[in-house]
Amino acid sequence: MIRLEKRPQPSRAFSLATPLLAVLATMVFGGLMFALLGKDPVTSIITIFWQPLFGEFAFYYRPQLLIKGAPLVLIAIGLSLGFKAGIWNIGAEGQYIMGALFGAGVGLAFYPLDSFIVFPLMVMGGAFGGWIWAMIPAMLKVKFGTNEILVSLMLVYVAEQFLASMSLGLMKNPEGFGFPGSRNLQQYESAFNADLIEGSGMHWGVVAALIAVIFAYVLLTKHRLGFAIRVTGEAPRAARFSGVNPTRLVLFCLGTSGLLAGLAGLFEVAGPAGQVTIDFNVGYGFTAIIVAFLGRLHPVGILLAGGLMALTYIGGDIAQSQLGLPAAAIQVFQGMLLFFLLAFDLLTNYRLRFGRTEVA
Amino acid sequence: MNDTPLLDLSGLTKAYPGVVANDGVSLRIAPGEVHALLGENGAGKSTLVKMIYGLVKPDAGKMQMHGAGFAPAEPRAARAAGVGMVFQHFSLFDALTVAENIALGMEDAPKLRALSQRIREVSDTYGLPLSPDRVVGDLSAGERQRVEIIRCLLQDPKLLIMDEPTSVLTPQEVEILFKTLRKLSAEGTAILYISHKLEEIRALCDSATILRLGKVVGHCTPSETSARDMAEMMVGTVLKTPTRAGKTPGDVVLALTGLSAKSPSAFGMPLRDINVEVRAGEVLGIGGVAGNGQDELLAALSGETLSAPGMIAFQGRDIGVLGPTPRRAMGILTAPEERLGHAAAPDMSLTENAMLTGAARENLDRGGMLDWGAARAFAERIISTFDVRTPGPGNAARSLSGGNLQKFVIGREVLQRPDLLVVNQPTWGVDASAAAAIRQALLDLAENGAAIIAISQDLDELMEISDRFAALNEGRLSPTRPAQGLTVDEIGMMMGGAHGMEVAHV
Repeated sequence: MIRLEKRPQPSRAFSLATPLLAVLATMVFGGLMFALLGKDPVTSIITIFWQPLFGEFAFYYRPQLLIKGAPLVLIAIGLSLGFKAGIWNIGAEGQYIMGALFGAGVGLAFYPLDSFIVFPLMVMGGAFGGWIWAMIPAMLKVKFGTNEILVSLMLVYVAEQFLASMSLGLMKNPEGFGFPGSRNLQQYESAFNADLIEGSGMHWGVVAALIAVIFAYVLLTKHRLGFAIRVTGEAPRAARFSGVNPTRLVLFCLGTSGLLAGLAGLFEVAGPAGQVTIDFNVGYGFTAIIVAFLGRLHPVGILLAGGLMALTYIGGDIAQSQLGLPAAAIQVFQGMLLFFLLAFDLLTNYRLRFGRTEVA
Repeated sequence: MNDTPLLDLSGLTKAYPGVVANDGVSLRIAPGEVHALLGENGAGKSTLVKMIYGLVKPDAGKMQMHGAGFAPAEPRAARAAGVGMVFQHFSLFDALTVAENIALGMEDAPKLRALSQRIREVSDTYGLPLSPDRVVGDLSAGERQRVEIIRCLLQDPKLLIMDEPTSVLTPQEVEILFKTLRKLSAEGTAILYISHKLEEIRALCDSATILRLGKVVGHCTPSETSARDMAEMMVGTVLKTPTRAGKTPGDVVLALTGLSAKSPSAFGMPLRDINVEVRAGEVLGIGGVAGNGQDELLAALSGETLSAPGMIAFQGRDIGVLGPTPRRAMGILTAPEERLGHAAAPDMSLTENAMLTGAARENLDRGGMLDWGAARAFAERIISTFDVRTPGPGNAARSLSGGNLQKFVIGREVLQRPDLLVVNQPTWGVDASAAAAIRQALLDLAENGAAIIAISQDLDELMEISDRFAALNEGRLSPTRPAQGLTVDEIGMMMGGAHGMEVAHV
């Protein structure tokens, strides 16, 4: 008989080892799944984890890692602040879209003005777009006590309709021969979020993600607000007792996560994507939720987790094209990662006891 | 009393990792005997009764019931053998009726109508009036306890275990409970009675067994032993009584004028028109049965719930609309009853918990940036000044025993030099010597000019430290009376009398 016993203190060793154990278990069981699908498990795992970094075409894949990882990290950092305090923004995808629309809107409005001021204004527009979209569930929550999970999630679908409407209507490229989609910002130099070093994948979004990591780290460890966030998550009554204002905390956490998601959307639309299109959003806002938890809601952990997630995306793509693995199998593989992470996470606070049962 | 004991425990031993909770404990209870089990927190009382009730298996030793072997594997087996237990914390569903709650705890519950009939019979016989159709959420703590007792009595127990039954009762309600217990005892039901309250034990129990650190350290006949002697057997040392010098109170520090506030929780008690003044250097003791507005009063004073302007004045300033942080900065410090989750964050370290309320007054917060080195030093100062037993300030709050965490929580506020300190149940679950240290710290604070409001359900404690006394009942505060010379009867009436209970028709 195995039973769980609560540890008197959370185990530090397990809290560090959990992500590694989860990755290992995912490799084992994912490999098993690939084997059942008739693929060589070792090759599959190597393709996913090794090829993008050190394989023959790594020079192409490495920049892709940054391009895919940056928005994940940027969004996940914002989400993690709320998640730590028990404030659940599930609608980062919508805030990401609105950030892109506001930011691109600013850029398109200035077209074809050639000025250094355009891009900074777009960044501010993007941040504002994500922030204001997140303030809708925030205000509804603090004024009427609505559930931010439902409201923020449903606003994703509203944002998607906006996106479709914009790419077919207001923002459609007047010189686009009737095709849906805006002008390509990559061809508008003042608005283009280009690689800072040619071909490195290192655009402003990557810089912003790194700054966000440092900002979040300092906030959570050194600042009163970060302490308020942590106490609220651990013990809401104790937080109130210590003087935390829950209303302000909801506004701050949802606002910040929306702002960062909006920035991620702006950097994407002005850089790698280039234009507002109907299928602009590819699920970064949702995947970032996984990244936030995979990184244990810790800024440095999220940085690593974002990298790992980007790796499985790119490695998964390679595995699909080279080995013919079905896309669904790759998604199951990613799902396994989260599942094992949560499962092993239990061991941080509990230990396994083998032996006869006893009701305490 | 005849020669075959009802229950005979010999050499019971139970060890948990790192601690021997019971070490060769032997105990005999005769039919109809009211037997007290005495000991400080952590002495092993709970472990012992859990073994009798089948919740925990002993590592060694044997138990006999009526001279036959008795080893209940689970509470059901213990109940079948005639053991009933009333826990300190009730396990009742607020939204269900009394009869439904009782039916849920029975193995072969009869139809609700028949059960209600039996509940009425039992409650009439033992003077515990209780309507089976009432919803538990509307009952007072005393009435809830009656539900638990009747639940046990329906099983026709030979041995009734009661864990701290009077902590939720007014003195009048206690008297009624004792009449019921004496009637049960006269009918041959043995009672194993666990309590800290020595005067009660002297009034009720035929014999007592005293545990210390898992071992039996003595037996006595309570009616022939003084409370002080029993306390010293429990603690193992000579007790110091808190001392105070006579003094004249200073200026009014806190004035409540018509304070009314809704309770933040659904089954809570609103505060209704509270008027009272507290002066520098005095201790105002506030008694009352649990759930009559104690938590709400503390929250209104700490700033967790805000109140309308003009209701709370501190040193002449209207502070009803200020939150906890500005109030702390002014010198109003508070220590809530619930240690884990309210006064302290369970999974956070003691350093972080020192930061929780110390940020403003201990200068740990410098323009938003937190000084963790200073917080750690503050935590260490609390630990050493208040003798908190822990390996260090890096340990999580939940790893401390209840009494040690209580010392930490009280120490954290006392060391911040409050002008007004409000404590709720300051020594709840704390062993006798630590409780004396906490009370002494409160008196020393008052000596140095602070105003203290001590909310407690322990009347002995309140009488020991208070200058003036008032009681909360249904969210209203009685007028204050000088504590000296108050009789238990008068206090009981201030607490709301017997809440509609009647004495058993013996």
